[in-house]
Amino acid sequence: MTTETSNTTVEVTLNVNGVAHTREVEPRRLLSDFLRHDLRLTGTHVGCEHGVCGTCTVLVDGDPMRSCLMFAVSAQDARITTVEGLGTQDDMGPVQQAFVECHGLQCGFCTPGFVTTITAFIEENPDPTSEEAREAISGNLCRCTGYQNICKAVLRAAEIKREGANGGDGA
Amino acid sequence: MKPAPFVHHSPHTLDEAVETLREVGHDGKVLAGGQSLIPVLNMRLAQPAHLVDINRVAGLDTITVTDHFVRVGATVRHAALQRHDDAYAVLPVLRQALNNVAHPAIRNRGTTVGSIAHADAAGEMPSIAVLTNAVMEVIGPKGRREVAAGDFFEGPLQTVLEADELLEAVRFARFGPSTRTAFLESARRHGDYALAGVGVAVDVEGEGSDAVVRGARAAYVSVTDIPVVIDLTEVVAGQRISSSWDGVDELVQAGIAPEADIHASSDYRRVLAAELTRRALTGAVS
Repeated sequence: MTTETSNTTVEVTLNVNGVAHTREVEPRRLLSDFLRHDLRLTGTHVGCEHGVCGTCTVLVDGDPMRSCLMFAVSAQDARITTVEGLGTQDDMGPVQQAFVECHGLQCGFCTPGFVTTITAFIEENPDPTSEEAREAISGNLCRCTGYQNICKAVLRAAEIKREGANGGDGA
Repeated sequence: MKPAPFVHHSPHTLDEAVETLREVGHDGKVLAGGQSLIPVLNMRLAQPAHLVDINRVAGLDTITVTDHFVRVGATVRHAALQRHDDAYAVLPVLRQALNNVAHPAIRNRGTTVGSIAHADAAGEMPSIAVLTNAVMEVIGPKGRREVAAGDFFEGPLQTVLEADELLEAVRFARFGPSTRTAFLESARRHGDYALAGVGVAVDVEGEGSDAVVRGARAAYVSVTDIPVVIDLTEVVAGQRISSSWDGVDELVQAGIAPEADIHASSDYRRVLAAELTRRALTGAVS
């Protein structure tokens, strides 16, 4: 922390899960660290920090992106959705509900990245084939499950979302 | 696994970006999507003192389709070009290749022009640039210049771009109406770095099962240091589109010299590239 540049902070305002947060951070602050360290939103996990594992995936203006491969300063004014914004224990979103029903997780470390990725995927493709479901999660690593139940959970999540849409519950 | 400190510059106009690069380019890097640069920074394989973040520069995020080319600006995300129906209609090889660029989350942030400027031998879009005879629109303190894709790449991660220059846009040239294309690659997991990949452009005369091949070109991923085009015309010209592509194997294998790594030997990659070429030719014409 001796160089001139390291002491230079910038003010960053991010809209995370519908709430605006302003913090003074260094430009090198990764979005993943901004969420976890500055906002204490630790639902977003950090695995490889070079874009391979997918567990840090968040939604930026609705599109899944790696929060470890973005600087917080670059996300200024963007609308960020983390796993915390996709449901609560009492009121789970369709993807979370499907993961419970299909036993789509074991240790749970990779789960936040899957939930965000799949949420965006079924928004774009409400009735995927199992082949499309596999491709959709090809950028997320899970070392426990063997993926079979996660694939089932993608299809089930789409089903729950369609049922919700038909029932008029626009959650 | 955290970047070293840097000064963040966020120009809002192209003039500001050029001026900033003139001042700090020698000790800085351009940040567009960052999907290749930020891993390198996180691992501290590079520690530039300045990042010139072009994401807020007005006018760089446009895709323009004309009678002759598809022009892609420096901040157009892979996903935007992939979804662009007009670009797909006139130059399908763009989407055919982009379907293989990393994973959706990476394509949502990473830029096509950035991946070309990055010049990774495992990148799909540098190969598409040479296959389509693209023109690179470069801007710097001395003004604008245009560079043909064939002259742009100098080595792995090396291009003719000077440190204070910006790749403003790439114009992918359209093929004639009789040219058909395909892109194929083989990776250990869909979206991972390819063991080998190929894009082909096949010029076909006639319709239906009587159609005959006039010529074909192929560009490669992961099996050459810089993107190269192998002209297959001498062995495919005159063949029917139901061809088994005799002679293609030999020509492809002689034209590439893949590196070996823990995933595949050089020989395996060479055979794979040749087989992918034959399948891509068949895919393009059928």
